[in-house]
Amino acid sequence: MKKLLLGNEAIARGAYEAGVRVSSAYPGTPSTEINENVATYPEIYSEWAPNEKVAVEVALGAAVSGARSLACMKHVGLNVAADPFFTATYTGVNAGMVVVVADDPGMHSSQNEQDTRMLARASHAPVLDPSSSQECKDFLKLAYEISEKYDTPVILRVTTRIAHARTLVELEDRIELPLREYTRDIKKYVSMPANMIGRHLYVEEREKRLAEDANTLSINKIEWADRKIGVITSGAAYNYVKEAMPNASVLKLGLAYPMPKKLIEEFAKGVEKLYVIEDMEPFYEDTIKAWGIECSGKELTGVQGELFARKIAAKFEGAEEAGPMNTQGIPARPPVLCPGCPHRGLYHVLGKLKLTVCSDIGCYTLGALPPLSGVDTCVCMGASIGMAHGMEKARGHAQAKKTVAVLGDSTFCHSGLTGLLNMAYNRSVGTVIVADNSITGMTGHQNNPANGYDIHGEPTTALDIVKLCEAMGIQHVRVVDPFDLKELEKVVREETEREELSVIISRRPCALIVKQPGVSFVCDSEKCRNCGMCMRIGCPAIRKTETGVAVDPTQCVGCGLCAQLCHFGALNPEA
Amino acid sequence: MFNIVIVGVGGQGTLLASKILGQLAMNNGYDVRVSEVHGMSQRGGSVVTYVRMSNDTPLYSSIVEQEQADIVLAFENLEALRALPYLKADGTMVVNTQQILPMPVITGATKYPEDCLDRVESAAKTIKINAVDIAHECGTYRAANVVLMGVCAKMLPFSAEEWHKAIEQCVKPKFLDVNINAFDRGYNFK
Repeated sequence: MKKLLLGNEAIARGAYEAGVRVSSAYPGTPSTEINENVATYPEIYSEWAPNEKVAVEVALGAAVSGARSLACMKHVGLNVAADPFFTATYTGVNAGMVVVVADDPGMHSSQNEQDTRMLARASHAPVLDPSSSQECKDFLKLAYEISEKYDTPVILRVTTRIAHARTLVELEDRIELPLREYTRDIKKYVSMPANMIGRHLYVEEREKRLAEDANTLSINKIEWADRKIGVITSGAAYNYVKEAMPNASVLKLGLAYPMPKKLIEEFAKGVEKLYVIEDMEPFYEDTIKAWGIECSGKELTGVQGELFARKIAAKFEGAEEAGPMNTQGIPARPPVLCPGCPHRGLYHVLGKLKLTVCSDIGCYTLGALPPLSGVDTCVCMGASIGMAHGMEKARGHAQAKKTVAVLGDSTFCHSGLTGLLNMAYNRSVGTVIVADNSITGMTGHQNNPANGYDIHGEPTTALDIVKLCEAMGIQHVRVVDPFDLKELEKVVREETEREELSVIISRRPCALIVKQPGVSFVCDSEKCRNCGMCMRIGCPAIRKTETGVAVDPTQCVGCGLCAQLCHFGALNPEA
Repeated sequence: MFNIVIVGVGGQGTLLASKILGQLAMNNGYDVRVSEVHGMSQRGGSVVTYVRMSNDTPLYSSIVEQEQADIVLAFENLEALRALPYLKADGTMVVNTQQILPMPVITGATKYPEDCLDRVESAAKTIKINAVDIAHECGTYRAANVVLMGVCAKMLPFSAEEWHKAIEQCVKPKFLDVNINAFDRGYNFK
């Protein structure tokens, strides 16, 4: 039976068919839907981990103990998980283990454009690069075979246009695999220097063996056509090459690393001109050039952004460049905090107090956009706390009094805890604000360890952030409702002024999860002076007209934040 | 082969539209590629979804590029204007005449181009429809996306029955009647 599946759904299906038993992940665009879909298969134990490092450790434990396992993350998640991953390639596995990593060329929803193939090479892990949903499933299943045959965790790398594209997939049955026997093997699984010297030698030998086998691996294939031009490519770029250069001969690399040297040499000899067309870094190109084979690629396209068919046709075939997506005079439409979003009140207060805000990764990063424009820094999960602390240590207590760190509940669980512990331990006088909306918002509402529900929505233990802070020795921990602007302002003033470390938990559930009373507000034009106070919070439901502001009843959820800002009582719930 | 671009504002239901199109094409033996947007843009930003279907030439890319679209389905006026470069010279723009102000307009940093639809109409063959009002009459303004599907149906080689079947496969049973009704209203729109 065929189904139209997202790349991410196909990966989940592949895990089911491959007999995977354990799957752990932290949500991150464009990878989130993988584990969400794995969770629909009762045959697989699945969970949201607090971060990617934990997810990889869970998958490694499961694989070492004899079960096929999966960990999923976005590209930057692999940075977090790099510590266990870089040694897992030494210890190897028992049953197969695959880490799916989703790259985001073009940065649709990410902070950088790092290329997972580079980390795969640095860690000596094989990496597969599918071009369609069918390949997502097929390659994942092959990745388990490679993992078991070569005794290593394997990376399946996808990019946004593969992860979030729907193409047809042929479904197959699940293979039920018995647990492999687990036996203690200290020399393999205990990463002491004496043991790992031996394992490193094994890694070197294994990698050479796989590189040799890659020359005849089914997913590395030459499609001979006109031999004037040959293209080496993979992943999404393969699709664009096939459309832009239908006459060219193509070497499609299903296994991106290690690379098949003999096959590439054979292909290069068979064509007059060789191009290497790949998303992101010149990963293949650099290696091919280092082998002394003449080729070109990145000097024509650069590394930033996505490759598309028309760009490839223009750069490599001399076709007409695609016309610009003419945006002149057309207002941009950036993402915004939703109507009723609890973060809006928080950023309004921080802006009013003119604080330096070290923010973090989540919906609340959108507080950086006008009119709130309330964020100074955002780098990676958890960096808000470390950076605010660094500012204090560099510039002294005066800086700490006008600085706050802001991060969400899920981000706090992911990588905020250790930063906060550092502040407590190293006598910080700073202020940390946990914007607790009881969900992982930006990625589409996944439960997390602080909200008391598991991946299936079943109740479980919830982290008590207040008690956690107290256990760290933090004396001042306050919980406040960000819809109560007066109280929130008072608390933020007091805690930033205080020359001691404090944590403010700004707590209200995401507006998309817990619906407001639902009564839209209306503006009384008799009372409205059109002063613009209510416009400062950047609510998409409010707009200015000649005669006063107007509230869009289809968007307003009745949070009443605007009414708190109005000095003239013009904004009230609809009668 | 048909290339369709669906544009709108995050939260308007563009994903259901692409799901129905994909299902329909698959049911009728076409190869299909759909490219969706998940993540940050869904928070009220511009969203673009591509649908490609073919029963003759092979499909590889899931992206529709400039001057390649047979149909652009715009859920909002400004997004219709923004999406014009996607249309082929003989392509058709179907636009739901709704105005949603982007934040730079709300803050006063820029103005919403009032001649938006005029610019669209002068540049391309355009079908304007107030799908929100029609959907509201059918029971919920949320079915505006399916009203637009109905308009789109006239330009694709599938029968109304096939469309009904695809809708049935993509929406929850309790919303089926309202969606079928909404589709028919769009299908019979003149």
